This record gives sequence, structure tokens and C-alpha cells, in this order.
Amino acid sequence: MTTDALIACHECDLLHRISELPVGSAASCSRCGAVLYRQKRNSLDRTLTMVITGLILFVIANSYPFLSFKMEGIVQETTLLTGVRLFYDSGMHALALLVVLTTVVLPLAELLGLLYVLLPLKLERVPWKLGSIFRFVRSIEPWGMMEVFMLGILASVVKLAQMASIIPGISMYAFAALIVVIAAAAASLDPRIVWERVEMPP
Amino acid sequence: MTRQLPLTAVAASLVGCHICGLVVHMPRDAHRVHLVCPRCGATLHRRKPDSLGRTWALVIAACLLYIPANVLPITLTTTFGSTQSDTILSGVVYLMAHGMWPVALLIFFASIIVPMMKLVILIYLLTSVARKSQWRPGDRTRLYRITEAVGRWSMVDIYVVTILVALVNLGELATIKAGPGAIAFGGVVVITMFAAMTFDPRLIWDAMENRE
Repeated sequence: MTTDALIACHECDLLHRISELPVGSAASCSRCGAVLYRQKRNSLDRTLTMVITGLILFVIANSYPFLSFKMEGIVQETTLLTGVRLFYDSGMHALALLVVLTTVVLPLAELLGLLYVLLPLKLERVPWKLGSIFRFVRSIEPWGMMEVFMLGILASVVKLAQMASIIPGISMYAFAALIVVIAAAAASLDPRIVWERVEMPP
Repeated sequence: MTRQLPLTAVAASLVGCHICGLVVHMPRDAHRVHLVCPRCGATLHRRKPDSLGRTWALVIAACLLYIPANVLPITLTTTFGSTQSDTILSGVVYLMAHGMWPVALLIFFASIIVPMMKLVILIYLLTSVARKSQWRPGDRTRLYRITEAVGRWSMVDIYVVTILVALVNLGELATIKAGPGAIAFGGVVVITMFAAMTFDPRLIWDAMENRE
């Protein structure tokens, strides 16, 4: 038995009745203040646009060198994955895995998962295993850390700028744009538009 | 005279799915039954299972790893044959000595202060729940919310090391390698993130339900 009209606060368990909100506003828990849900404008179209843009930027960001380092006439180019490969080669497998998962694999899985869920919904179809796949997308979300990686890039550029000249590559710009696009996708997604399309056994 | 008490899902024999939010009927005697959300397939729990025990275990593991993370070198820099090793703190000191204050502050906060504050806050929340404290549940929930949101930014130092290792790889001239401290520090960040996810903030509010 399920109760469609109710929502339990995920932080304090208080029950609330779900009501229609004006677009752009959020319902928060009357006891602890946690945000329960938000009413987003045009969520499906906006999120889908951001996801497709994000996938294009992702390919660019991973295909070109993203920083060049010039010291005493020697130029060293790197892609996003160079550091990961060097960690792996020097036996630091756990560190290589942590970095590649949080900056490449999980963000890509999230974008592809959202595309798999949202594109059929846009075309009025329900994709296969919608419930389980969207559950997977929602549970990997905290582990995609591209915006933290961007901060790491800025910090290392500042640190190295005194030793040598750092030249940003094409993929650096794609990467910066990708972070904005991923944040926009997260901000425009209303998970309820997906959950209400999952077919449940009566 | 009846007192108006706010009704929780538990009190109404209901449970909210932690992934999709669906509210499902869960009879009180369904203690050891494995209930699955009919919509998304996630396992349903009234409260995160064994939240206090698991969070304590992760917090203790993170506290132990915090020591090698700060004592062992995170980078080994070789220039013209001589190697210099840096810990997180000596890296911060280096940045300050060279006038790179904003980056020094960023690394100091993200790598030293944030993990330590996370552990202190989680230990405080765990003991307050164990003592069934009724003191400022709203503020304690807010503390938990901040802890959960801020933890990921500690990864910034791991990424700085990744980028330094990738860029400064010029053979004889200059090479930076990651030290064992980086592995320990990565462990601290991941384990404290899991610890924050395992802690169930609804336990803070359960103590409020049972007052006389």
C-alpha cells in the first residue's frame, strides 16, 4: 500500500501533505527546514538540453590536452587522464581509481543515465527498467566531483605559475563549461517528473 | 486534554523511500521482513540500519587514517636529482612563504580543517543521539546538513596532486610523484563521506517524540 499524497521528511521523518507549488518555489519541512521538493519550470526540456550539451562537452574535454606546462624549453602536455595513468603506473591503484571514478566515470555515467531516462520520457515512452536505472543515477550523484576538480586545477595553476608558464588547452574551456552545464542540469531536474512515470504493481 | 504532536512516518506505520520519496505502508511487526520500494526497488528502512554502530566504525577508521594522512608526505618532488617530500601542512607553509595566500588558505581549510571538523561534528552528533539529547534538534540537523554538503570539497588536494604529477613529469629536470600520505588522505575523504551518509539525522528527532 502506498500513499501518494504524503511525503516524509528525509531528515526528520515528519509527514507532510504534498501540494501544488507556484513555479520556482520550494516546499520545506515545517519542523527541521529540510527542502522536501521544488517546483521547477519546464524541468524535462531544460534538463534534457543540459544533458545533451554536457555529453558533447564531455567528449571535447576528454579528447584534447587540457594544460600545457613549459619549463626551460620543455613542453609537457596533459589530458584529464594523464595523472590517473601515472598514479596507476607507480602502483597507487586506489588513488588512480578514486580520481578516475570521481572525475570521469561517475559524471559520465550520470549524464548517460539521465539521457537514457529523459529522452524516452520526452518522446512519451517509458524506458526499460526506468525505476532501477533512475535509482542508480540518483545514488551516484554525490560522487561526481568535477567542480571540486576544477578548483584543484585553479589551485595547481597558481602553484605552478611561479615555476613555469602554464597554457590552458581547448579541453580546459570545455571542462569549465561542462561544470556550469552539469550544475544547470542538476538545478533544473525535478526527480518527481521521472518517478511519477514509473509503473507500479497495483 | 490532548497535546498536538507532529506525526512522523514511523508513528503512522509508514516509511518514506530514501531514494524516490514514495511513502509506503510498513506494518509495525514487519521488523525482520525485507521490504522493497515498489517504485524504485530500493530496500526500505524506517531508519538507516545500525546507523550509530556503522557511523562510529567509519568515524574511528577515519580518525586513525587522519594521522598518516597528515604525517606522511603527499608529494615527492625531485629536481636535478635531489628529492624533497611535502606533507599537507608543509605544502601549506610553502604556499604561504611564497605569498600564495588564497591557495594556502584553500588547501588549509579543505584538507586540514574540514576533515577534522567533520569528524568532531559527527562524534558530537553520535554522542548526542546516544544520550537522547533534546537540545536544539533544529541546529543539530543543520550541523549535519553542512557536514554532508561540505565534505566533497576536501578532495581538492587529491586533485591538486593529480595535476602536479601529470604536469611536472620532465624526467631529470623535475618530477613530482604522489606520496603515501595522498592515499591515506583520499581514504579519509571517502570514509568521512560514507560516515556522513550512514548517519541518520532522523535519530536526532526520535528523542523529541518520546518525551513525557
